[in-house]
Amino acid sequence: MSTLTIDKAGPTRNVKYGSMSRDRTWALRWSYFFLTLFAIFSLVPPLYMLITSLKGSAEISAATNPWWVFHPTLENYAGLLTSNQFLRFFFNSAMVSIIVVIITMLISIPAAFALSRMKFWGSATLATGVFLTYLIPDSLLFIPLFKMFAMIGDVTGIQLINRWYVLLFIYPTLTVPFCTWIMIGYFASIPKELDEAAIIDGASWLQTLTRIFIPVALPGLIAATIFAFTVSWAQFLYPLVFTTSADQLVLPVGIVTTLIKGDVFNWGQIMTGALLGAAPPLIIYAFLMDYYIAGLTAGATKG
Amino acid sequence: MVDTAIGETAAARPRKAAGRSSLRKALKRKSTTAFLMTLPLILLIALLVVYPAFYSVHLATLNKSMQRFVGFGNFEFLFKRDTFWLVVKQSCIFAITAVVFKALIGFIVAHFVHNIPAKGQRKWRGMLLVPWVIPPAMSTLAWLWLFDPSYSAFNYTLGFFGIGPIPWTGDAAWARFSVILVNVWYGAPFFMIMYLAALKSVPEQLYEAAAIDGANWWQRIWYVTLPMMRNIIAITTLFSLIVTFANFDIVRILTAGGPLDKTHIFATWAFRVGIEGSDIPLGASVSLFMVPILAVAAIFILRDVNKRGNES
Repeated sequence: MSTLTIDKAGPTRNVKYGSMSRDRTWALRWSYFFLTLFAIFSLVPPLYMLITSLKGSAEISAATNPWWVFHPTLENYAGLLTSNQFLRFFFNSAMVSIIVVIITMLISIPAAFALSRMKFWGSATLATGVFLTYLIPDSLLFIPLFKMFAMIGDVTGIQLINRWYVLLFIYPTLTVPFCTWIMIGYFASIPKELDEAAIIDGASWLQTLTRIFIPVALPGLIAATIFAFTVSWAQFLYPLVFTTSADQLVLPVGIVTTLIKGDVFNWGQIMTGALLGAAPPLIIYAFLMDYYIAGLTAGATKG
Repeated sequence: MVDTAIGETAAARPRKAAGRSSLRKALKRKSTTAFLMTLPLILLIALLVVYPAFYSVHLATLNKSMQRFVGFGNFEFLFKRDTFWLVVKQSCIFAITAVVFKALIGFIVAHFVHNIPAKGQRKWRGMLLVPWVIPPAMSTLAWLWLFDPSYSAFNYTLGFFGIGPIPWTGDAAWARFSVILVNVWYGAPFFMIMYLAALKSVPEQLYEAAAIDGANWWQRIWYVTLPMMRNIIAITTLFSLIVTFANFDIVRILTAGGPLDKTHIFATWAFRVGIEGSDIPLGASVSLFMVPILAVAAIFILRDVNKRGNES
C-alpha cells in the first residue's frame, strides 16, 4: 500500500519537474536552431567570398555547384598579391588608416580630457556639439567638401584633389567626434580623487593626462583606436569622390573601380580582393573582440 | 585670548586673499590650457563639418556653372522632376523598412543569445557580429556575386525547390528588396549587440517577481524587458535611422541606383547628379533634403542622451 502511493507520488513529481526542464530544453533547442539559421545568414556572404576566391576562372563560369570548390587553386591570390596595383591600394589604405588613427588620437584625447575634467566656459555645449557632429553623415558633406578642396587647389595652387593624402584631412571628421565622445565617457568614469591626488602632488595637467588618465582609460583608448581604424579602412564614399587615378586609390574603391572593367567582372579576383580587404578588420575583431564591442556599445550607453 | 584670535584672523586674511588670487590665476591658467587642448577639435569641427554644412546651403542656391545666384531655382527644378520624387519615396521606404527589420531581427537574435548558457554566448555573438565588421563595400560585392544574373548561387539553390530564377537586381521590385536585404544583413548585428548589452543590465529579480506573479513569456517581454530597454531601443533605432537614411555604399555597389533609377536614395542620387554629372549645386540641393529627417532624429537622440546623463 505504502509502496504503491510512493510509486504514484514519484512519477507525478517527476513529471512535474520533467515538464519544466523539458520546457527549458525545448526553449534551448529552439534557441540553438534559430541561432544556427541566423549564423548561416550572417556567414554566407563571407564564406562565399572564400569559396569563390579559391576557384579558377573556368570553374566560376562552369555550371557546377557554386557552393563547392572542385579544383581549389590559389591563382587569384597569387595574381593579386603580385600585382603592383593591388599592393599599392593596400599600401594606400594602410597609410591612410594608420595616420588617421594617430591624428584622431592626438586630437580627441586632449579634447576629451579637457571636456571631462576641466570645466570651462562652453565646455558642456561643446561636448553636445561633438556628439551632434558625430550624427552628421558623410553623404551630406561630400559635395561641399569636394568643392572646398577643389577651391583650395584653385586659389593656392596646392592640388589636394586626387591625392591619397587629402583623405587625411577628411577622415578625422568621421572618427574624431565619436572617439572624443567615448573618451569623455571613459574619462568621466575615473574617480576624481585620482587626479586630485596627482594635482596635490604637484603634477601638471599634462602629467595628469599622460601618467594617470591614459593608463587608467587604456581599454577605452583601445576601443577608440579600433573604431578609428575600422572606419578609415571601410570608408568608401570619400575616396570615391576625392581620388580617381589608379595609384591614389584606397582598397575598397580600387577593387570596385579597377577589377570591374565595364561589363567584365573578374569574380575570382574581386572576391579575393574583397576578402583581403575585409581581413584587417576581421583579424582585429578576432583578437580584440571585447574592446571592439565595448567601443560599439559605449557610444550609446556612456555619457 | 581675544587679541590672539584677532591676530590670527588678521594673519589669515592676507593669506586667504593671496590664496584666492592664485586660485583665480590657476583657474585662468586651467581654462586657457583646456581651451588649447580642445582647439584642434574645435578647428576640425568648425572648418570641416560646420563650414561645409553651411557652404552646401550656399552651393544649393547657385546655377550649374556656379557663377550666378538662382535662389530656390534648383529646388524648383527638383520638384518638377519625377526622379526626385522617386528618390524621396525610395529613401523613405528603404530607411524605414530596413530599420524596422534590423530592430526586429536584432531583438529576436539578442533574446536567443541571451537564452543559451553563458559560456556559449561569446562564440555565437562572435559569429553573428561578423557582418558588421566586414567593410560594407567589400561584403556588398559578395552579395552582388550571390545575386549575379547568370551565376547566382541563390538561384542555383532555389532551383532545387523549383523556384526562380529570381532577377535579384534586374527587376525594380526585387532590386528594392535586395538593397534592403543587404542593409538588414549588415545592420542587424549592431542592434543585436546593443540589445544584448541592455538585456544583461535588466535585473534578474524583476523576472523572478514576474514569474511568481504568473506572467507568461510574452508578458515578461512586454511588461519587464521592453520598458527596461526603452531608452536603448530608442537611441539605437534613431541612430540607425540616420545611418540608413544616409547610406551610400550598399546601394551604389549593388544597383548603382538602377534599374531605371528605381533604387536611388538621396546619397547615391546626389553622387550621380553632383559628382558624375558635375552639377555640384544640384547635387548639394539633393543631399540637403536629408537634413530635416536627420535633424528630427538627432533632436530625439540628444534628448535621450541628456536624460541618461541626468539620471546617472
